[in-house]
Amino acid sequence: MLFIRKALFYGGMKGYGMKRVGEEKKTAGLYVHVPFCVRKCAYCDFLSAPGTREEKERYVEQICEEIEQEAGRYPGYCGETVFFGGGTPTTLRPEQLERILDKLRSCFCVKEEAEEPEITLECNPGTVSREDLRKLKKAGFNRLSIGLQSAQDEELKKLGRIHSWEDFLETYHAAREAGFRNINVDIMSALPGQSRGSYEDTLRKVTELRPEHISAYSLIIEEGTPFYEQYGEAERLREKYGEDRAHLLPSEEEERQMYEMTGKILGQVGYCRYEISNYALPGYECRHNITYWKRGNYLGFGPGAASLMENCRFTKSRDLKEYGAVFRHGGCGKEGAVSEEGRVERSDTSKTVPEGLDMAESLHREEQYLQIQEQMEEFMFLGLRLIKGVSAEEFQEYFHVPIEEVYGAVLKKLEGQGLLARAEDRIFLTKKGIDVSNVVLAEFLL
Amino acid sequence: MAQTDQSRIRNFCIIAHIDHGKSTLADRIIEKTGLLTSREMQDQVLDNMDLERERGITIKAQTVRLVYQAKDGEEYIFNLIDTPGHVDFNYEVSRALAACDGAILVVDAAQGIEAQTLANVYLALDHDLDVFPVINKIDLPSADPEHVIEEIEDVIGIEAQDAPLISAKNGIGIEDVLEQVVEKVPAPKGSADAPLKALIFDSVYDSYKGVIVFCRLREGRVKKGTRIKMMATGATAEVVEVGYFGAGQFIPCEELEAGMVGYLTASIKNVKDTRVGDTVTDLDNPCGEPLPGYKKVNPMVYCGIYPADTNKYPDLRDALEKLQLNDASLFYEPETSLALGFGFRCGFLGLLHLDIIQERLEREYNLDLVTTAPGVIYKVYKTSGEMIELTNPSNLPDPSEIDYMEEPIVSAEIMVTTEFIGPIMQLCQERRGRYLSTEYIETTRALLKYELPLNEIIYDFFDALKSRSRGYASFDYDLKGYETSKLVKLDILINKEEVDALSFIVHADSAYERGRKMCEKLKEEIPRHLFEIPIQAAVGGKVIARETVKAMRKDVLAKCYGGDITRKKKLLEKQKEGKKRMRQVGNVEIPQSAFMSVLKLDTRD
Repeated sequence: MLFIRKALFYGGMKGYGMKRVGEEKKTAGLYVHVPFCVRKCAYCDFLSAPGTREEKERYVEQICEEIEQEAGRYPGYCGETVFFGGGTPTTLRPEQLERILDKLRSCFCVKEEAEEPEITLECNPGTVSREDLRKLKKAGFNRLSIGLQSAQDEELKKLGRIHSWEDFLETYHAAREAGFRNINVDIMSALPGQSRGSYEDTLRKVTELRPEHISAYSLIIEEGTPFYEQYGEAERLREKYGEDRAHLLPSEEEERQMYEMTGKILGQVGYCRYEISNYALPGYECRHNITYWKRGNYLGFGPGAASLMENCRFTKSRDLKEYGAVFRHGGCGKEGAVSEEGRVERSDTSKTVPEGLDMAESLHREEQYLQIQEQMEEFMFLGLRLIKGVSAEEFQEYFHVPIEEVYGAVLKKLEGQGLLARAEDRIFLTKKGIDVSNVVLAEFLL
Repeated sequence: MAQTDQSRIRNFCIIAHIDHGKSTLADRIIEKTGLLTSREMQDQVLDNMDLERERGITIKAQTVRLVYQAKDGEEYIFNLIDTPGHVDFNYEVSRALAACDGAILVVDAAQGIEAQTLANVYLALDHDLDVFPVINKIDLPSADPEHVIEEIEDVIGIEAQDAPLISAKNGIGIEDVLEQVVEKVPAPKGSADAPLKALIFDSVYDSYKGVIVFCRLREGRVKKGTRIKMMATGATAEVVEVGYFGAGQFIPCEELEAGMVGYLTASIKNVKDTRVGDTVTDLDNPCGEPLPGYKKVNPMVYCGIYPADTNKYPDLRDALEKLQLNDASLFYEPETSLALGFGFRCGFLGLLHLDIIQERLEREYNLDLVTTAPGVIYKVYKTSGEMIELTNPSNLPDPSEIDYMEEPIVSAEIMVTTEFIGPIMQLCQERRGRYLSTEYIETTRALLKYELPLNEIIYDFFDALKSRSRGYASFDYDLKGYETSKLVKLDILINKEEVDALSFIVHADSAYERGRKMCEKLKEEIPRHLFEIPIQAAVGGKVIARETVKAMRKDVLAKCYGGDITRKKKLLEKQKEGKKRMRQVGNVEIPQSAFMSVLKLDTRD
């Protein structure tokens, strides 16, 4: 047994992640967080900021080292899917992205077996040239996720995006020409100044291009973003501007109608909703995304990246400086800190890295070994985000207890309220249940 | 302990308006007499409840025994009892006074006499105590001791020319106070050879020793082995230990005798056997008559107290029983509510008292409580000629059976600086007050006398008084009696179901206003459900106000970026945590805070 050290922590529980222990092939989704962008969007509260050339170069070195180290901690894993997210990963040069991908391939045997691995790269229109795309395709990226958000230039401007609809078209066509046969387009509803009409137009324009996958989220106003200042408190804004649409977000009702419109319009032209906010042409569901909802193993690299490995959740430090400090020691940066005497000092990694931990581990934050009960909760509230819901049989298989025994009363109650439905083995949210999903999902906390 | 000559004992307390510095003076006296070194001293040593320290108020009277080396060369035993200042705790004061022979009246050199200064002086005089004044806070820039001395002589009519001018905070003049205690507090009288006659003025429960009885010996003596009898309850016991009060601890001694203040334990397990105010005597050599005890104080404010977790009902019962032991003014009896399950109807001296008890239950007994809207005792005269005292609105008979109802009225005295007379009179008017008189204490201060319905002052009268006088008004009240009044029961219907715990009695003229505000408040309190919830206020089946809680907002369909589910999980946990604090009434989940929301109905918009 390779995993005795970890297994001790959860007392030999037979959870989902453990199921594969001892089997021939252990798989994980690999996520790389690229914390750079051209310019911060007004609604964005993710870890990203414009970076200098040097910062980016250093980051690539660090990530490569982090990958090596994590591979040492989790030997024998195969990367079934790879996802480069951000920020805007394409703010790195194609060569840099290729280097990271190569590192992943060599450390986590990302190779074609029965199925082609899914290797996704997020990008924003205007950040990649035709030439870049060709290089990236050649490097092995086979799925491109383009952050469009809206087909209306007015709306894009309000969001603080750097591109226009035309820029998007150019990138999209260039990607097709470069040979990307699996493309996702991100769009958003509930945008300031957006109407049902303009949103419908966005949907129509996007579907006409026939991307294989569409992610349709509603805008969330996060505290601490410029958008929060501008649109954060609807009541206050109404007082100030009255019902002037330009200053307001679409109403709750409009937002809901947009959500429904998404499902309807996309459904009419062949897209299938497989998760609350994700739609795909048959066979093009995002495998990496599904891993999250089905609680498969996934390992994140880069600041703030989240992981679930062998039923342990952890997040990488969000502090870029801390990142630097840890990897300066062994990485290729090697500049160290120059002391007053002009002597190059070995940086103080001895302080940041506690003894007995490798460097990558010292960046793990919020480490949490999931108890069996927490695993069950997650199984339910994550699994129910998928349109086909969860399988009672799988539940029993993972936890060795019938789902009825744990959630019988809750299931009965929610079914009675018309929020959940069952069809044979599967338990899933109804339309009404999707509308109030937080209330429903909270019921599954034990 | 060596036997002490009665002439060297001084039993006294400190009385004052709230915040005039009683507890600080007590601290200085303790420090000065060397009971505690200044290293051991902390502020408000006698306020040993966390709650007392936090709020800076004294809730429980505390006793401490001190030894003072007077200037005459003699050593005196001081039994000092620190007392609460707030009007709600008059009962505590009254008990403390019964154990004393004299009282130090502390008056703030800047503020002068306040409403409770007067109330406490009257209480002390009722107990035949010798009262001598002390002017505190003379170090304040606004201090005007001359003026205050004059005021004391004019208003209270006690000699104040030689009142010590002190600053308890800075330790100025404490020596003078101690000398005056020796000089002005009379030594106890009473023969140690007469049969035992001791007044129980307080008690606490100790899980090892049983009930610890605090008593003042008027006559006779008591020691280990004495077989005692409680004259009112008839309970008997054999004394295990006697002693006196150190600072926050019990110090055993051989014997207590006439004139002394101390405690006794006798393995008394049943809290009810020792009633505060009862007389302890020697079973084998009983005294003839019990001591008069003191005026039993009746609760004025009632509310329902329920455990948030219905399984905690027995715990709540035990906690109330223990609290009642040293707070005899607390009344409780079991009741049930459709909405809240099993609980108790509890009686209190006032809202602060209620607040304090609730907090003590929550802190000292680790209980989570739901409290219903406080009310007063109404007298309901039925057409059958029968009269019932109504403490729980739910028990109001059918209107057809009611002839008329009476509500309690208090005589209130409000001390206020003249510039605020207008706003305060307006407040009293709004609260259905009947104006009696204005007496000018001096050119800038007046004493307003009003008669007010008690149910109008139990809500937020005190706060309103303070806010409309920028904190300058002080207030005291006494129950005057009952008067006929046009009262109705206001029912609250949530999702068409009457919620018994939310009903309250209100004057017919304010019913609409209160109903409307109650509905508005509940609308804020009750979270959205999957369906729309009407909230209605009704009088006698007729709806007079309505609000609606809209159906649940639909969720934003959040993105879970990069597999970071922790935020999502926190959101769900919050949702679930909120649910725990809810009470299910029909299909509706009502947060526990909603049951108290009626308290926060500000009468001004």
